[in-house]
Amino acid sequence: MSEKEIKNHGAEHSLSLEEIFEQRIARDEKIEPKDWMPEKYRKTHIRQISQHAHSEIVGMLPEGNWITRAPSLRRKVALLAKVQDEAGHGLYLYSACETLGISREELYEQLHTGKAKYSSIFNYPTVTWADMGAIGWLVDGAAIINQVPLCSTSYGPYARAMIRVCKEESFHQRQGYEIMITLANGSPEQKEMAQDALNRWWWPSLMMFGPTDAESVHTAQSMKWKLKRKTNDELRQQFIDQTVPQAELIGLTIPDPDLKWNEEKKGYDFGKIDWDEFWQVVKGHGPCNKERMTARVNAWEKGEWVRNAAMAYAKKQEDKKLKKAI
Amino acid sequence: MKNENKIQYIYGIADNALILGQRLSELCGHGPNLETDIAMTNMALDLLGQTRSYYQYVAQLSGDGKTEDDIAFLRIERQYKNVLLVEQPNRHFGYVITRQFFYDAFHLLLLEELQNSNDETVAAIAKKAIKEVSYHQRFSSDWIKRLGDGTEESHQKVQEAVDDLWKYTDELFHMTDDDKIAVENGVGVNTYDLREKYDQRIREVFEEATITIPETKWFQKGGKQGIHSEHMGYLLSDLQYMQRTYPNMKW
Ligand SMILES: [Fe+2]
Ligand SMILES: [Fe+2]
Ligand SMILES: [Fe+2]
Repeated sequence: MSEKEIKNHGAEHSLSLEEIFEQRIARDEKIEPKDWMPEKYRKTHIRQISQHAHSEIVGMLPEGNWITRAPSLRRKVALLAKVQDEAGHGLYLYSACETLGISREELYEQLHTGKAKYSSIFNYPTVTWADMGAIGWLVDGAAIINQVPLCSTSYGPYARAMIRVCKEESFHQRQGYEIMITLANGSPEQKEMAQDALNRWWWPSLMMFGPTDAESVHTAQSMKWKLKRKTNDELRQQFIDQTVPQAELIGLTIPDPDLKWNEEKKGYDFGKIDWDEFWQVVKGHGPCNKERMTARVNAWEKGEWVRNAAMAYAKKQEDKKLKKAI
Repeated sequence: MKNENKIQYIYGIADNALILGQRLSELCGHGPNLETDIAMTNMALDLLGQTRSYYQYVAQLSGDGKTEDDIAFLRIERQYKNVLLVEQPNRHFGYVITRQFFYDAFHLLLLEELQNSNDETVAAIAKKAIKEVSYHQRFSSDWIKRLGDGTEESHQKVQEAVDDLWKYTDELFHMTDDDKIAVENGVGVNTYDLREKYDQRIREVFEEATITIPETKWFQKGGKQGIHSEHMGYLLSDLQYMQRTYPNMKW
């Protein structure tokens, strides 16, 4: 239906605001901050965008853990730049979220009190340098698969933020894979380090796509609003099919004895995911949940006097200007 | 001028960039807000980028097959020639900003002269770095003012940092024998000549920030001779960890 047709149609049958809204989305129109939107749309988007923003900034911590110990200057600079990019992603996403009428302080509050979630993958520890490779390759890799469809999601500010984010994530993914290539071609210790990292990060990466479709809530609604285009299981399959050959290419072994090419479905069959572990980490009992939250809360609390100073100073400058004007 | 003297002269500048870059890197992900976190990481990236340019040049000068990484990671503590100021720990944001401000003010004056060095490589590195360091100086000066003239608490905190770190500023202007040789040969900068402008710059910003310079006659030195504070060993343990644990590998 064209715009005009919809309007006419709307007039004749007096479509509700909500129906008009849903039609706009169906026509692939972008919803902008000033547009009318159902409360549920607003709430769902705040939840998803903020969860994504929180993941970006909590995600800085496991990799930040290796910046001071990076093995070469080139790697140190690249890692710093990568973690900085994640801060930038956090910034775009918080800004997109703020357009829905919630402040950054409120969003942080939700994170710090555990009301808001972030990606569980960041609750695993980074124990060797190879983890910097594995995270870039697998975690950024999985994030891209999750996020590329969001570049055309219905909420304008989110879609635009995702276009910028996805570009950088694919750079991170290549950079991570390149670390793995170097290790895999290196000394026996380096190769072992790379394999060990793959062993530890493989299964948590598969969990990044969320519970199996049978267990997943919100999917239908999210599909309609284009917050989702494919189901969790479809995305997970895509990730596996894309990643297995990359591992083979550099002589690393995926830690799954049940992994097997299935000619019929033109994809890999794979072993059982440990969903108990998944829920344990989601519910706050992963290896680093406490540490990650403590680090975030600490940064925020220790920064309070600094933020207050900046505000007080800005106000003083403002007052000075006013006085001069008078 | 002998290459060895030139190398030592370059260490005197480059090691400051490395160690301050390393200190700033520790903060990535822990800043008071995202904008400041990103800005401080930028400064770390600039400094580490400068470090690489200097060390690559040193590697070329020494001609013994050493790489920038051998230079960055495999010297012993006594061979690092950074000033004591830049290795001081991130005790709180006030310290981070004060350390940065004291160094930036010096760094910019140094680079403005160093771009006229008759060593083309050194001059080119300096020229490129000036843009970056002018930004650093603006950033740290602005924050000194915000903290100094912000709240009572922030004033007290930044004044505390100034009181503690001021004693490390004098060393910035000391000249080693290698520095003097570099100056005589038109490669290096006579830092004595920068002192007046430096003091003036500090005074201007502090006046706006309502911060007082402590009245001490006692200053600390030693970094330029490779005699560091007790903090340095721990910083190097982190910095060198991988290269020491896994020698002779490519990363
Ligand atoms: Fe992401
Ligand atoms: Fe990201
Ligand atoms: Fe990323």
